[in-house]
Amino acid sequence: MPSGILQIKAISAHPGSIPGRGVQREEEVCKYIDVTTCIGCKACEVACVEWNDMPFQETTFDDTYQTMPHTTWNYWNLIKFNEHQRDDGTLMWLMRKDQCMHCEDPGCLRACPADGAIVQYTNGIVDFQQENCIGCEYCVSGCPFDIPKFNSVTKKVYKCTLCSDRVGQGLEPACIKSCPTGCLRFGTKTDMRALADARAQQLREHSGFPNAGVYDPPSVNGTHVIYVLHDITKPELYGGLPANPTIPPIYTFWKGVAKPIGLVLALFAAPVAFFHYVMEGPKEPSPPS
Amino acid sequence: MNGAVERFDDSARRRVGAFGRTVTRAGELERHPVYTRVLHWGVAILFILALLSGFAVYSSWLYRSLTPLFGGGPTTRLLHPWFGIAFVALFAFQFMNWLAPMTWNRDDRRWMGRIRNYVTNADEVEPEYVDFFNAGQKLYFWVIVGTAIVFVLTGIPMWFPAIFGRITAAIGAILHDLAALVMLVAFIVHLYEGTAAQPGTFASMTRGTVHRRWAWTHHPAWYRRVTGRDPIADRDQARGVRPSQPGPSQPGTP
Repeated sequence: MPSGILQIKAISAHPGSIPGRGVQREEEVCKYIDVTTCIGCKACEVACVEWNDMPFQETTFDDTYQTMPHTTWNYWNLIKFNEHQRDDGTLMWLMRKDQCMHCEDPGCLRACPADGAIVQYTNGIVDFQQENCIGCEYCVSGCPFDIPKFNSVTKKVYKCTLCSDRVGQGLEPACIKSCPTGCLRFGTKTDMRALADARAQQLREHSGFPNAGVYDPPSVNGTHVIYVLHDITKPELYGGLPANPTIPPIYTFWKGVAKPIGLVLALFAAPVAFFHYVMEGPKEPSPPS
Repeated sequence: MNGAVERFDDSARRRVGAFGRTVTRAGELERHPVYTRVLHWGVAILFILALLSGFAVYSSWLYRSLTPLFGGGPTTRLLHPWFGIAFVALFAFQFMNWLAPMTWNRDDRRWMGRIRNYVTNADEVEPEYVDFFNAGQKLYFWVIVGTAIVFVLTGIPMWFPAIFGRITAAIGAILHDLAALVMLVAFIVHLYEGTAAQPGTFASMTRGTVHRRWAWTHHPAWYRRVTGRDPIADRDQARGVRPSQPGPSQPGTP
């Protein structure tokens, strides 16, 4: 992936277009997931466990085809299955590959109080740095997608890295490489979004899914994992994908504005006490000895 | 219920008191027995540990300077809830020990009504109804009780967000922050009042005794109760006698 070229984005007091702007593709990456062509083979689950060197673990049967009910600290990629009955009585088998969405505005990163425990790369990947993680689990409550998972033995939180180690070497994530149907693709955000829009249009116009659309939620400024859904109006059907994922205000307004102001106001008690002593003096016993 | 608490407190004061002593010198009164002092400083140490480890995670500005005190971020996080639990557990004994003298009554409302006089040092001595604790001290006590309850109720969901859910944990964190700020203000005021603001007060919690002058100045009703004497009359007498007294308390002067 080309990088390090000094590409000008803006020029001061320069009328007209900027020479050279836009000749280079943006470097923001994106994972494209077309749930309409996913066959639920779980090859991506195996590839994720393999590449990330996770130990084998027993599956949990819960009357569905899922490997387990939720992703875990060492199982970052899980296909969620849902047997959905449509209004006309016909059945739809919905499958969605669940993993970290790599939000452009990551709630986990906003919530994290530990210096350097979560980083966001310029290519959009949000990555946990376990050596700096203190295990407070604030990221768990900051994430609208229930992705960070706590390991009670190591006292650290883990999640999908979007294979930042592979992407850094110019490779696609392991799940993408393993997909046999082509429902998973990887590239720049612009390209993947265009592909997703085209596919959604195809579903609307030729496949009888008038509500087909692309899931790229603006409430977190978009994500670096996007879905093509048969029905964009009901994302919850796909294993509980939130229609309007939001970061709790505690990690935006409260943490960013109210907490620092509150601390300064509370500490103001110290100079007040000091100047009380300077101006009023101590209250000696009467009569003073 | 109150009877059982009283019996427990009496027994604890006797048993713990047997391990220490309170030396009451001439002109002094015993204010805080050994049991109370041990509880106070045990609670104080755990309070400060919980406060520092908590504020380490409160703000990214404090994170770098406070986490090294506890061996880094992960250990700070690991220790904080246990400091808190130990603080609450020990404070429960303090609560029982002081439940009777900390009970709010009509005199405390009167005191609060004229708090301006207190803050501006307008009165040379406290009103005659001020007993073992004044209303300000009682307020601090009940603020600690209230915030401790908030800390426990919100701290547990923050400790185990997977069980209680992310929204409960997030709301809990806000209340935890607010309680910490209230406690911090109250603690700063308590530090000041217990040391520089009122000479003689700090010794009441270290050596356990106060001078009679301190007692009739700050807690006249308590003075009347424990000595059976009139605080105003004793003060007037001390005032009248003072000029004729030679000054033994000024060594080194020629």
